[in-house]
Amino acid sequence: MSESDVMTDTKYLNMDLLRFTTAGSVDDGKSTLIGRLLYDSKSIFEDQMEAIERTSRSSGEEGVNLALLTDGLKAEREQKITIDVAYRYFATPKRKFIIADTPGHTQYTRNMVTGASTAELAVILVDAQKGVLTQSKRHAFISSLLQIPHLVVAVNKMDLVGYEEGVYDDIIKDFRKFAKKLDVDDITYIPISALKGDNVVDKSKVMDWYNGPTLLHHLETVKVDASNNIVDFRLPVQYVIRPNQNFRGFSGRIASGRIRPGEEIVVLPSRLNSRVKRIVTQDGDLDEASPGDSVTLIIEDEIDISRGDMIVRKNNIPNVRSEFEAYLCWMNQEAMKLGKQYLLRHTTRTTQAYVEKLVYRMNVDTISRESADSLELNEIGRIKLKTSQPIFYDPYSLNQKTGSFILIDPDSNVTVAAGMIRAGSTLSGDDPAETAEEVLDDRDGEFKGRPASPDVVWEPWNINREIREERFAQKALVLWMTGISGAGKSTIAKELEQKLWGEGRQTILLDGDQIRHGLCGDLGFSDQDRSENIRRVGEVARLFFEHGNIVICTFVSPFREDRDRVRKLMPEGRFVEIEVTCDPETAQTRDPKGLYAKAKKGEIRGLTGYDATFEAPVQPDLQLNTDELSPAEAVDKILKAIDVHIKPE
Amino acid sequence: MTSDTDQLRTTHLKELEDEGIYVMREVAAQFERPVLLFSGGKDSICMFHLARKAFYPGKIPFPLMHVDTGHNFPETIEFRDRLVEEHGVELIIGSVQEAIDEGYVKEETGPDASRNALQTFTLLDTLKKHQVDAALGGGRRDEEKARAKERFFSHRDVFGQWDPKNQRPELWNLFNGRKNPGESFRVFPLSNWTEMDVWQYIAQEKMEIPSIYFAHRRNVFNRRGVWLADTEFVNKMPEEEVVEKTVRFRTIGDATCTGAVLSEASSMDEIIQEVASARQTERGNRHDDKRSETAMEDRKRQGYF
Ligand SMILES: Nc1nc2c(ncn2[C@@H]2O[C@H](COP(=O)(O)OP(=O)(O)O)[C@@H](O)[C@H]2O)c(=O)[nH]1
Repeated sequence: MSESDVMTDTKYLNMDLLRFTTAGSVDDGKSTLIGRLLYDSKSIFEDQMEAIERTSRSSGEEGVNLALLTDGLKAEREQKITIDVAYRYFATPKRKFIIADTPGHTQYTRNMVTGASTAELAVILVDAQKGVLTQSKRHAFISSLLQIPHLVVAVNKMDLVGYEEGVYDDIIKDFRKFAKKLDVDDITYIPISALKGDNVVDKSKVMDWYNGPTLLHHLETVKVDASNNIVDFRLPVQYVIRPNQNFRGFSGRIASGRIRPGEEIVVLPSRLNSRVKRIVTQDGDLDEASPGDSVTLIIEDEIDISRGDMIVRKNNIPNVRSEFEAYLCWMNQEAMKLGKQYLLRHTTRTTQAYVEKLVYRMNVDTISRESADSLELNEIGRIKLKTSQPIFYDPYSLNQKTGSFILIDPDSNVTVAAGMIRAGSTLSGDDPAETAEEVLDDRDGEFKGRPASPDVVWEPWNINREIREERFAQKALVLWMTGISGAGKSTIAKELEQKLWGEGRQTILLDGDQIRHGLCGDLGFSDQDRSENIRRVGEVARLFFEHGNIVICTFVSPFREDRDRVRKLMPEGRFVEIEVTCDPETAQTRDPKGLYAKAKKGEIRGLTGYDATFEAPVQPDLQLNTDELSPAEAVDKILKAIDVHIKPE
Repeated sequence: MTSDTDQLRTTHLKELEDEGIYVMREVAAQFERPVLLFSGGKDSICMFHLARKAFYPGKIPFPLMHVDTGHNFPETIEFRDRLVEEHGVELIIGSVQEAIDEGYVKEETGPDASRNALQTFTLLDTLKKHQVDAALGGGRRDEEKARAKERFFSHRDVFGQWDPKNQRPELWNLFNGRKNPGESFRVFPLSNWTEMDVWQYIAQEKMEIPSIYFAHRRNVFNRRGVWLADTEFVNKMPEEEVVEKTVRFRTIGDATCTGAVLSEASSMDEIIQEVASARQTERGNRHDDKRSETAMEDRKRQGYF
């Protein structure tokens, strides 16, 4: 760092922290890029610089090979040493950065999952000469699986393609098309040359057609902590501090949510209630503790609490279950064995566990499902897991801290797998005994902030659904069409209903506008109101469903969490999520309701697909691209897909 | 929600502190006989500070352990003893001198003779004697290339050695400290800290540190670009000329191989300014790292900190 960049104390003290990961295939220029970031941000010391100058010279290179700065890994690769991730540090006057640098060889999946597990942003390198390769897609998929909130696609080696805008445009078009399948809200594309330094730290002088930020500028300004869950208070108890008879404190790092003295809490698994008395730290008691804080709680009542227990808020408790589904990344040479006893480490709790079933294996290169008997090193799959004691979890998509776990092989003590618990995974797909009643049992855990009114007892229906289904000679079903305005949801839905009705089925079509005029006339378009809108629609859909109908719903429903919540109201297999997509430009040309035109004029704000995000489903049951399909073809596809569902046994 | 998350922003030092405390508590919970390796240097002082916070108002539930080469700066030892007394903590000392006297290791000879390599024996021996199953070390990943890939929980075999081919993946904040009898762990709560973070944290927390970190007058001589203190422990060559300079130390280790920097920085603020504009890594002044390209890596495999 040069004198001119001396950071004053206060500046440095107010810095925040961004953890990011870098991914790229071998030779895409990852080492060069990291070297460039460190070099141009003046984070390299003279003795380090001299060392790489010496090496560059002795290997006959002209200029300094910046890749050597991070080159520790290469030699090791040759020696077959397992390096999963190397961490690098640098700071600018705005921010401190931790780079989880994952080498791009064959063990990539395992390494990248490890690096991604603590990252808030992923930089994916694409070689401009090669375009979007399978590898790049794999990296993007893993980033979305690990729910990294920000993605940067750095199109590198622009100097080798003459800094052509066209080349860059084609690559990002390609990537966009693919990225629609993924669950990433924020993707930024940047054309760079790591070697020459264009758009890494300094703006490119050649690519004047690019108006976006440089990579470093983006890293310095992107919002951090976007993945923190501040709603659901969870404190996994890590350690009990008991220096004397008068002090008993429960220590841990707040996984999510906030808590204040005086607030009511519940302890899991005992379910005993109490209140927070004090939040103790050596620097004084706190008025409020937030996610990430390492604190010690003292509670009002004498309750037996030990490591592995969880302190939560009274009306917001997580799932307490010993059976659930998860995505699992296998990280060991020895393949996963069904039924073998592993140790599961989740928050501060350890319990025995076994994999009951491999639902499918994910082909990471094609993002498709394959049937398989086992998972080998670097493979990812969806599994069903049973534990000997219940764990207290939230779906990973809502809470990374309480939704993640590792598996340890008790024979070798080695960490063999990393898992992410699925939303709505409390029901097994093929067990018809698990009915709607059980879904309701889960509700206090899943319905955040909106617990069922305590005075209302759920009454079984007078005439239950099965009986109605028999009379209608069909099985009830909810078809949920999600997608941006103009994607084609309503058109398809109307044709579909006509067709089903024509076949003599009981149907109902619930449409966004119609509901908003009546039932939800009091709601606007804030995030909160949108969620409430979908919640009400979900309840209505459920009533019609219980009445034995095929319920077709067409709602933009931009938030995954909201859709998942509706899904949980129906028994597994009875909620079919259909993503209707098209190129955003197509939607804007169609503009059936004139909304895009208004948005462009600035008359409305927060239009999904324009200036508000759409959280695409991770794994829709069906995806229909209306750029490619006519409405009739789309209807056919749906009918085929639901055929098995609606026929009575 | 946006405005809420904005308020959440903590500074990076708070984040590092919370993480460090979390690691301390994991160690206390997962192991039976942990120790905190304490050299009297700034990193181990930071660790000690974090440990106090982690278990406040209780006592730190494990002892400190110092591997004493016998070649320490007296200021370091005074500081150590004062800290132990003030906070009433238990201190285990492993003595390299004893190991030499008992014939387990041989003193190096020649001008570059140092007890650095001998420390490894004493460290492992003392850990074994006290059946330590986890040793908290102040290592940081930014210190040196070889550390960049180190885990928070680093597994050691029954010989206390680090097998780079057999390290466990570390995901989220789920640390796996399971082991067979006789095996152990090194745990590094400061993994994600940089030298600058450490100094800033010391300043923020108003911690006390040994006086030799601040500029003072001292007799030194220059050996291959490194200023070494003129002490009874160093074998000086006849042509090496002792001069009095104003210096301070950026790291504290053995007097035989820890280089001083010429500096006028006599307050925390001045040190921080100096670190911010430094042109050399702190280990650039470590004579021991210069002996070979892979010096650090080799020593680590043998069980060095
Ligand atoms: N022309 C050009 N070459 C680059 C660029 N970035 C990296 N390279 C070269 O691509 C090769 C591989 O780079 P390296 O950083 O080692 O790739 P890694 O395997 O991804 O770490 C080296 O020869 C680099 O000099 C770039 O932006 N432009």
